[in-house]
Amino acid sequence: MFAYIVRRLLATIPVMGVVALFVFALLHLTPGDPAVLIAGELATDADIAAIRAKLGLDQPFHIQLATWLWSLARGDLGISIFTNLPVTRLIEQRLEPTLMLTLTTLIVSIVIALPLGIISAWKAGTWIDTAVMSFAVFGFSVPVFVLGFVLILVFSLQLDWFPVQGYTSISEGFLPFLANITLPSVALGMIYAALIARITRASMLDVLAQDYIRTADAKGLATFDVLIRHGLKNAAVPIVTVIGIGIALLISGVVVTETVFAIPGLGRLTVDAIVKRDYPIVQGMVLLFSAVYVFINLLVDLSYTLLDPRIRY
Amino acid sequence: MNLFAKALLGTAAVMALGIGGATEATAQQKTLRFIPQADLKLLDPIWTTQYIVRNHGYLVYDTLFATNSKFEVKPQMVDTFEVSADKKLYTFKLRDGLKFHDGQPVTSADVVPSIQRWGKKDSLGILIFTKVVAMKAVDPKTFTIELSEPFPLLLEGLGKVSSNVPFIMPERLAKTDPNEQVKEIIGSGPFKFAANEWVPGSKAVYIKNTDYVPRKEPADWATGGKVVKVDRVEWLIIPDSATASAALEKGEVDWWEQPPSDFWDRLAKINGVKVIQSDPLGNIGVFRMNHLHPPFDNPKMREAMLYVVDQADYIQSMVGDLKNGKLCYSYFGCGVPMETDAGAEPMKGKRDLAKAKQLIKESGYDGRKILVMSPTDQPVIDRQTLMTHEYLKQLGLNIEYIATDWGTVGSRRAKKDPVDKGGWNIFHTWTLVLDQMTPPANLQVSGAGDKAWFGWPKNEKLEQLRNVDWVKATSVDEQKKIAAEISKEAYKTLPFIVTGQFYPKTAHRTNITGVPVSPVVFFWGVDKN
Repeated sequence: MFAYIVRRLLATIPVMGVVALFVFALLHLTPGDPAVLIAGELATDADIAAIRAKLGLDQPFHIQLATWLWSLARGDLGISIFTNLPVTRLIEQRLEPTLMLTLTTLIVSIVIALPLGIISAWKAGTWIDTAVMSFAVFGFSVPVFVLGFVLILVFSLQLDWFPVQGYTSISEGFLPFLANITLPSVALGMIYAALIARITRASMLDVLAQDYIRTADAKGLATFDVLIRHGLKNAAVPIVTVIGIGIALLISGVVVTETVFAIPGLGRLTVDAIVKRDYPIVQGMVLLFSAVYVFINLLVDLSYTLLDPRIRY
Repeated sequence: MNLFAKALLGTAAVMALGIGGATEATAQQKTLRFIPQADLKLLDPIWTTQYIVRNHGYLVYDTLFATNSKFEVKPQMVDTFEVSADKKLYTFKLRDGLKFHDGQPVTSADVVPSIQRWGKKDSLGILIFTKVVAMKAVDPKTFTIELSEPFPLLLEGLGKVSSNVPFIMPERLAKTDPNEQVKEIIGSGPFKFAANEWVPGSKAVYIKNTDYVPRKEPADWATGGKVVKVDRVEWLIIPDSATASAALEKGEVDWWEQPPSDFWDRLAKINGVKVIQSDPLGNIGVFRMNHLHPPFDNPKMREAMLYVVDQADYIQSMVGDLKNGKLCYSYFGCGVPMETDAGAEPMKGKRDLAKAKQLIKESGYDGRKILVMSPTDQPVIDRQTLMTHEYLKQLGLNIEYIATDWGTVGSRRAKKDPVDKGGWNIFHTWTLVLDQMTPPANLQVSGAGDKAWFGWPKNEKLEQLRNVDWVKATSVDEQKKIAAEISKEAYKTLPFIVTGQFYPKTAHRTNITGVPVSPVVFFWGVDKN
């Protein structure tokens, strides 16, 4: 097992290297010039050229690449072209909101989806099943921003239960944190709840058709025991895989939710940086997201050994 | 009591403490929550001309002189000044009580490099420094500027309201290369920048500078006593307009600097929210053609555009209704001393498509592609461009319309290459009338060819009038006369076409008082009840 983990971790190095090179090349081929945006509307050609020179953006591609790789090798993600702040500090400022939003969204999704998926499989073909699957279709189909605005309209403006926007750190009090994070988590959680509910149903349907389930039923075990201890445990591998992928997707894909609810997270940091052509931030973020994907995939693979004793590395 | 129940009670107690602490802290301070027009990503108002950074600058820094709503230049950090009989030597004395946020007094040694740094970046500053023989710190409170010849615009430059504003910084920061951003934000203005609370893309915080000594005169634009009435100003970046509107409606924010025009009517109907015209001068829409390459290198082709452009259409597209704008044919904006429509006859009255087509024919237009760039992330610019696209279609021109983002338009417009090598033919923008109202400040009207603003129009007579004759004029009447001459020349060359004047609005909660009506957002005098 240990050797497997080390092998997998080592395998991430070339993957990250390729990602880094690809991103660097892509960004520098993209039209747009940060010096123009920095200089402002009333700047002249000379102003822009001077700023470009100061930032080293007039250097040949290979020099810029080498400079960046050298910094990267020393663990330095660079300095934001615009804010003059280290990229690591910007990431640090934004990490908590995104991680918390991911976590609470997962909790919302799992709490809604698992019971729905199990009940839907158990009551397959009935109106309950149809209702749950209709919910899943709804969850998939309604864009996050639409649901977000509906939630703001109803729960913030009409009922006055939650704030419209912003993020409060958990260190400033749990209830203010909860007040700010609830609506974004529900808005974002719907799509993942729909996904997990569908996978849970499909996986449970397979398992519930097995002989050992029939035997457990025949022995007179309680329905709850049959569904959870015998059913869910054996259906867990695909469900955990989807949840794992969901975590990775959430961390890198929360930009719309962060925008609608004005949460200062990593998604907005990345999109802002792309719009402004703040290359060091974009490069740093893409590397971070790649690392998250690789790491979560590893965790998911390792979790299989806990769920299914037949799987060994 | 079992372990779970104990844990639950414990959590509840901690949560209650958390909320109590937050409420107490909030109650102690008067905090103004404000949604600015853009995100604050840069902090050095000399390094950039961005309006958002200029507004940030006014919070943190102070100026030697300033301009009021009557366009009069008044001393701000300066107490008294004298001009020699030959008008070539200015002696300034700083007023008492000026102190930087790090506790150091403001001295002439700080002023000299601050103005020199500004003079390397700002267009008017550059012009001024072509006449400066020496700028010296005589003693901690006195400094002089010696000119090679009388230059009537010196004080106007030092009291410039918009970008780049000659803000005063500590000497060690003012000595930073003007093409590099200063490393610390230390000013002597009415607010201190809370660098540790700055989260770019989310929040910028300014704390009342309790050491600031305001002038005795009442505040008027950037002049007079900058009396701060709140303890803290928080700039909150809310990227989505619908969210910003909901936050203002619910009272989570107090003031939204520039809601898009689509929101004005809705916000005005909300109880507890007031929508007002914030800038008495407004903005000007700009239709810019590239003079370097065909087909707009041909004057007839440019002139043809004058006969189809209808400002009423543009204003409606930009701000929804003609009542939110004004037909204005002046290159310097309307409602300002230099307003003039000399030479603008082709733009007035019924549009003449036939005349435009005739001019296009005479220009020898060969049907080549005309590249029009539009940044869809900038609604006011995008809407103007869509309007222009419509006119070009009516004229039967061959158009390549590129919908992209401002980052791409901004960099592509700087390219002097032909279209097939990455250049362009048409783009739009807008600018404050404040930045257009005098010829030397009005970069877009420049006819300096290669050295002119993007589009590179060339007209030597225009440039002579703008940068030499007008600058030397000794009376407003003389300036107006020259401005009319500039306008006539500009309408011949067409460095740009004015697409109309329009007025932004600001929205605030009714418990906020003292919201300024000025081209720049100022925070002194604003109170929260």
